[in-house]
Amino acid sequence: MATLVQAVRMALHYGETHLGVTDIFGEDVGPPLGGVFTATQGLKTAWNSPLDERGIVGTAMGIAYAGGRPVAEIQFCDYGFNTIDLLKVAGNQRWASAGNYEMPLVLMTPSGSGIRGSLYHSHSFESWASRLAGWKIFMPSRPLDAYGLMLSAIVDPNPVLALLPKALLRVRGDELLPGEPEDPEQLKAMIDAPVGDRSAWQPQWPPLEEYFIPLGKARICREGADATVVSYGRTLPLCERAADELWEERGLRFEVIDLRTIFPYDWETIRTSLLKTGRILFVNEDTEVTNFGEHLLRRVVEEHFYDVLAAPRVLQGKHVPGIGLNQIYEQNTVPQLPQIRQAMLELAMEEP
Amino acid sequence: MTAVADLRTGRFSLPADRVREIYTLMVRARKLEERMIKMSKSGEGYFWIGGPGEEAFNVCLGLQVKKGQGPDYDYLHLHYRNSATMLAMGMEPIDAMRQMAMRRTDPHSMGRNFVGHFARREWNVLPVSSVIEIQYTMAPGTALVQKRHGGDGISIVVGGDAGTAEGDFASCMIWSSRPGQRLPVLMIVMNNHWGISTAAETQHGEEHIIDRGKPFGIPGEVVDGCDPVASWHAIARAMEYCRRERGPFMLEALVSRLHGHSSSSGAVRVENEPDCVTILEQRMLEAGVCDRTYIAHVHETEEAGIEQALEQVLREPQPDPTDVPRFTYAPSPVDAVYPQDYDDLPGRRRSS
Ligand SMILES: Cc1ncc(C[n+]2csc(CCOP(=O)(O)OP(=O)(O)O)c2C)c(N)n1
Ligand SMILES: [Mg+2]
Repeated sequence: MATLVQAVRMALHYGETHLGVTDIFGEDVGPPLGGVFTATQGLKTAWNSPLDERGIVGTAMGIAYAGGRPVAEIQFCDYGFNTIDLLKVAGNQRWASAGNYEMPLVLMTPSGSGIRGSLYHSHSFESWASRLAGWKIFMPSRPLDAYGLMLSAIVDPNPVLALLPKALLRVRGDELLPGEPEDPEQLKAMIDAPVGDRSAWQPQWPPLEEYFIPLGKARICREGADATVVSYGRTLPLCERAADELWEERGLRFEVIDLRTIFPYDWETIRTSLLKTGRILFVNEDTEVTNFGEHLLRRVVEEHFYDVLAAPRVLQGKHVPGIGLNQIYEQNTVPQLPQIRQAMLELAMEEP
Repeated sequence: MTAVADLRTGRFSLPADRVREIYTLMVRARKLEERMIKMSKSGEGYFWIGGPGEEAFNVCLGLQVKKGQGPDYDYLHLHYRNSATMLAMGMEPIDAMRQMAMRRTDPHSMGRNFVGHFARREWNVLPVSSVIEIQYTMAPGTALVQKRHGGDGISIVVGGDAGTAEGDFASCMIWSSRPGQRLPVLMIVMNNHWGISTAAETQHGEEHIIDRGKPFGIPGEVVDGCDPVASWHAIARAMEYCRRERGPFMLEALVSRLHGHSSSSGAVRVENEPDCVTILEQRMLEAGVCDRTYIAHVHETEEAGIEQALEQVLREPQPDPTDVPRFTYAPSPVDAVYPQDYDDLPGRRRSS
């Protein structure tokens, strides 16, 4: 089974061989390194750029304007903040020019905590990104979704931001990608660059197949009628685990939804589940003032005030200036399994 | 009239018919801008910004652009003072006025953007943005595609002098001069010595802006942008270099700002800066390129053309409230929520 980062790499390979991707670039993206998380090892169109995030985004826009299909990387989303105005323009240029131009680019960037990254390798980006009208944004929590959503991002003629959860990049899935060999060791030998000298190394790509997961489609990971929990990225597998534990220990059946796409989000799936359970919790690790989860909460309150059986809620990161390196800081800043479990339990047990 | 009526600057000259063509376009641009300034005061339009004082250079630029769509032709990353360039490329004045009057018929932005914010796909004119200097990050992207594509198309990027303090100007130099990857980018700086109310000499220590290209091996030239003969040839040399060498060149045009920064500062005519139109009229008369009757005729014809266009524009429709979200997204085969275009939040569709 591929890891999430291997799935991204294979999607990019499929993209450059079948879907017209012309340029995969960013800081340390090309050989010899192939990305600080190895997402771009062995790709034929991958190249190293100057250390200049604004240049990376602007150049991607230029390539897209001239008919190319770029996939650009911001090494860590923590370093994407100086590109916000360019991201705004990438998202608004079609609207501003009344349809004169399209902007078929993909920007990918590792996001969120979980790798002991301290202040500047732990930021979340989805709440900021959700305010960039004109973009589509996804954040996968498992390799198969990363593969299918990345292929969709590539063929979508609009700017798409791929937020890759750092904590899950090396986690294996439990489903094979279409065309992936069964043995993970075999896959590793085929597509992971060797440690040390790689000048003569060539990847051997498995016979990958086309597999699109539409943008805007959530996935129901656990079905249940007692309460709904909606998450994505690093916190999603924690919600699944908490749901399994609460079933085994308390007999509570949670419906766990992996939103997958931040925008456009799958309101139909959220709404249908809410109408079934009457109880809903949104979980993410971005900071809690003007959090994307608050937007979803607003819609629940405005549109389903009389349908809920318990106060709808959001579990999110603390509004503090950063995530400290010592794990005491990190574990008490962004949601971990115990807090998620506790919040889910309270939601299910609340009496009106 | 004398038989030989070339206009000369030093060892360079332009034939009389070319001078008359340039002159006519300069007057057209001037009349257009002056009328649009009036529109900003009469309520026929709102905010005005534009290029009176830059016509000589801007017309010479527009006439020498390799005009067309796709990487075989020049890409234009313009700023908000390029109306004369657009007219020289063949834009009808009415299309600028449609934007000034915020009409639905405005081909650049459907009444959404400020005047001078052009976008024209069939001429590779990329959407002008109000964000100072960001166009300099995009020019290397279009140029990269052009270099790879072959041919002699180049990417022309234009901005003001104050804006060169932004890091995006440095980004353009760095991305255009990577060793072995030099790109055909013509970096043009329209130096009017002002950034709104701030005089250049109070903020900039460099003698010439083009001097900053030297460490990157980017050749450059400073030209009197009020002189069409000097400008024509400087642009020709710069373009020739970029087309042939497939590398970057920097051109700094010294120009006037004849109506201040914008309507926000009143757009009043200043008297202490050279006016390229009256200077050219004087020179044409002295060189025998034309007589006073011709000059009067051009003024009358161009003014009448603008008045006629304005009458037409004011009869054209305003945008419709249902136009608000239009052109946010291009149609996508992989978007479950917005396969065509954005209309409203997911699951909350406009009824109309
Ligand atoms: C990034 C950014 N900062 C500030 C502004 C506000 N602003 C608009 S024009 C301008 C001055 C630009 O001067 P210059 O680059 O010399 O161009 P000019 O207007 O003189 O042609 C400023 C500060 C802006 N539009 N964008
Ligand atoms: Mg200026």
